[in-house]
Amino acid sequence: MSVPTEVELPIPGTYMFDGRAAMKGYALNKMCYSFNKPENRAEFVKDEDAYCRKYGLNDEQRKAIRERNVLAMIHAGGCVYYLAKFAGIFGLTVQDIGAQQTGMTVEAFKEMLKAQGE
Amino acid sequence: MARVIGGLTTSHIPAIGNAVPREKELVDDPYWKPFFAAYPPARTWLQKVKPDVAVVIYNDHGLNFFLDNLPTFAIGAAAEYRNSDEGWGIPTIPPFQGDPELSWHIIESLVHDEFDITSCQEMFVDHGFTVPMSLFWPNNSYGGIKTVPVCINTVQHPLPSPLRCFKFGQAIGRAIESYPKDLKVVVLGTGGMSHQLDGERAGFINKKFDLLCMDKIVNEPEVLTRYSIHELVRQAGAQGAEFILWLAMRGVLHPKVTKIHSSYHIAVSNTATGLLVLENSVA
Repeated sequence: MSVPTEVELPIPGTYMFDGRAAMKGYALNKMCYSFNKPENRAEFVKDEDAYCRKYGLNDEQRKAIRERNVLAMIHAGGCVYYLAKFAGIFGLTVQDIGAQQTGMTVEAFKEMLKAQGE
Repeated sequence: MARVIGGLTTSHIPAIGNAVPREKELVDDPYWKPFFAAYPPARTWLQKVKPDVAVVIYNDHGLNFFLDNLPTFAIGAAAEYRNSDEGWGIPTIPPFQGDPELSWHIIESLVHDEFDITSCQEMFVDHGFTVPMSLFWPNNSYGGIKTVPVCINTVQHPLPSPLRCFKFGQAIGRAIESYPKDLKVVVLGTGGMSHQLDGERAGFINKKFDLLCMDKIVNEPEVLTRYSIHELVRQAGAQGAEFILWLAMRGVLHPKVTKIHSSYHIAVSNTATGLLVLENSVA
């Protein structure tokens, strides 16, 4: 085996999107990838749950989508690059989803970003 | 023979793609001023050196590639490249000219050099490619430049290590400089610097580490190739791992380079932005 033998300590609040996550989240990510096309975004908006079922999302993934819960999507195997396309449907930016995941207001999140430059 | 005349790095945040068409009005906007003010010296250098070709090392964020087929290293070999809707309304801009003959020369040279890459005769390029091109060639004035897209996987782990990417860049450099046509080539490394979009650590930025990277990459890049991907994620954030694209760019250049210009700014969107212009030493 040529996988690293050194134990790599977890990084708090950080999820490595690896092969296991990619298998777990395949349906969810495939659905979000489809949102590159405007006609697919429109079909999703028309009947969200029907669109989720068409892509074979499991209960956990459908619940996370229904609740717009980004951390729950990540726990269900979502990759943020594809999830960003889902967020885009609702006009949410990476700052909006950053605020949601950290439990801050968007204003506080923006201030936190800026403060790291000082 | 073709010559690599220098390299440029820049962040490629989608928000910049939306701001670029409005640069004239935003240049005095307090949020955008420190960002856009950094670019004129890079454009002046490009006008002076007049490259024929830009080799653009970037990452696809789910426009051209999905998890069904996800190459670690992919190279475009098309006559033309276009961008497309990425899901949130990034503007569609005029197509980019390719150089299939040079692309195939690089592909053949890389495989001969033990880098087993994926070749793409059709390929959409996303903001990782288009935002830097629009920044360096304002008003989409890139029409006279031929391009070779080089895409490195940063979506799904395992990602290629910093050392592997640096060596990959060195192999691209050897490929370009063995091309018989008399061309001037610049290489772009896009993405970075520290940022994290996902998880409870979203919004993480590491100024100290970014400044170390910007300093060492000039004439001691080997120091940075010792990091593992895991350590890079720890230091630069989940998406800060895009720094491997900068290291690949640096690999293309000669061991000694001259820094023409650099700039660092916190933050645009969730990201610390970095800009670097390096001129190659004469071989």
